[in-house]
Amino acid sequence: MSDRLGDFGSFEELAMPHFARLFNFACWLAQDRSAAEDLVQETFMKALKGFSSFQQGTNFRAWIYRILRNTFLTSQAGLRASVSLDTEEDCPLEPSTTETPESLFLSRVAQETLQSALEELPVNFREVILLSDLEEMSYREIGLALDIPIGTVMSRLSRARKAMRALLTSRIERA
Amino acid sequence: MTCDLWRDKLDAYADDSCSGEELANIEDHLRACTACAAEALARIQVKRAIRAAASARFSPSPEFRLRLEKSIHKSRKPLWLSLWTQSLAASVLALLLIAASVVSWTRHAAREAAMAELLDQYLATMASANPVDVISTDRHTVKPWFQGKLPFTFMLPELNNSPYKLLGGKVVFFKHSPGAQLLYELRNHRLSVFIVQDQSGEFPLQSGIAAFSPKGFSVETWSRSGLRFAVIGDSNPADVHALGDLLRTSN
Repeated sequence: MSDRLGDFGSFEELAMPHFARLFNFACWLAQDRSAAEDLVQETFMKALKGFSSFQQGTNFRAWIYRILRNTFLTSQAGLRASVSLDTEEDCPLEPSTTETPESLFLSRVAQETLQSALEELPVNFREVILLSDLEEMSYREIGLALDIPIGTVMSRLSRARKAMRALLTSRIERA
Repeated sequence: MTCDLWRDKLDAYADDSCSGEELANIEDHLRACTACAAEALARIQVKRAIRAAASARFSPSPEFRLRLEKSIHKSRKPLWLSLWTQSLAASVLALLLIAASVVSWTRHAAREAAMAELLDQYLATMASANPVDVISTDRHTVKPWFQGKLPFTFMLPELNNSPYKLLGGKVVFFKHSPGAQLLYELRNHRLSVFIVQDQSGEFPLQSGIAAFSPKGFSVETWSRSGLRFAVIGDSNPADVHALGDLLRTSN
């Protein structure tokens, strides 16, 4: 009994340091501040309720991100985003030059444009890029958070980056 | 290996997810190939740029943080109570189960003891040279013999047209109270009928007709009008049951 009560004390110690980053990630997923607040609130309540099933010593960050992501997928915002792996097959290939689109782009555009490109990505590409580049999770950790094998993490990340490149290329061309 | 194949590995390189040998091979290639080195640099730059663009773009308001912390604290209390209640309920259930087990075991032990006592009396009668005190095949002789000896009365069945023969009876003491033991004969078997006061605490047998086979003997017992009847014999259970039916018809 006392161990269980101690667990509830340690929930806040483990979860609250992730609060701000989870909120940021939730905003990137839901693309709406109010929906992100609901998402984070629900994530924390679910995590607290299921904390007894969390195995101490395993990856808490991946566990709580997984709850947030699953909560998002079943939320109205998540359903609107219509997550589909089909988009993974529809990425135009990037042009192969030594002057890469990224290097051109980075020299010419502002951070806001990069953010808008990220927002334009399908949500399953956006989340894997954010977990890797923003949260700096390892492939294994991303696999735990998204509940997919490491091989799928790598292939999805590769497709997501190709899609990102395609978006950047089209913006360069428009500019 | 062509540059296209090397470039497939550049994401893992930019993500710092290459194994030692793989990393060394990629770095060897990057030193030799300007195009792939530029590609690798670009991927690392994009990764950093995304991090800078996405990091802390959205910050939670202090009000939301406060609201969330309150929700956690509010949720904790019911969880405490819930856990406490669950533990209490589990403890109560465990105690009830233990109590029920003790009661069940006690009743079982009491029943076993009662059956053993009756069986001992039956065996003693079978071994005795004078198994009964009133010797008669006439129920109108045997039953009146018990008058004044027992604090209750009972009826004996008419045995005409039945294979059973009354041999007699005697007073026995069961649980310190007087009762009747009747002796019947069926072919070469002898069966005893015990009629005692039914004291539920001392003879906790289930209601209805209960049949047992302790040590190979056949036993059938039932309760009626405050009296406990038990038929014990060394013949088969059907014979014991048929005599029981005759007694149940009379009482």
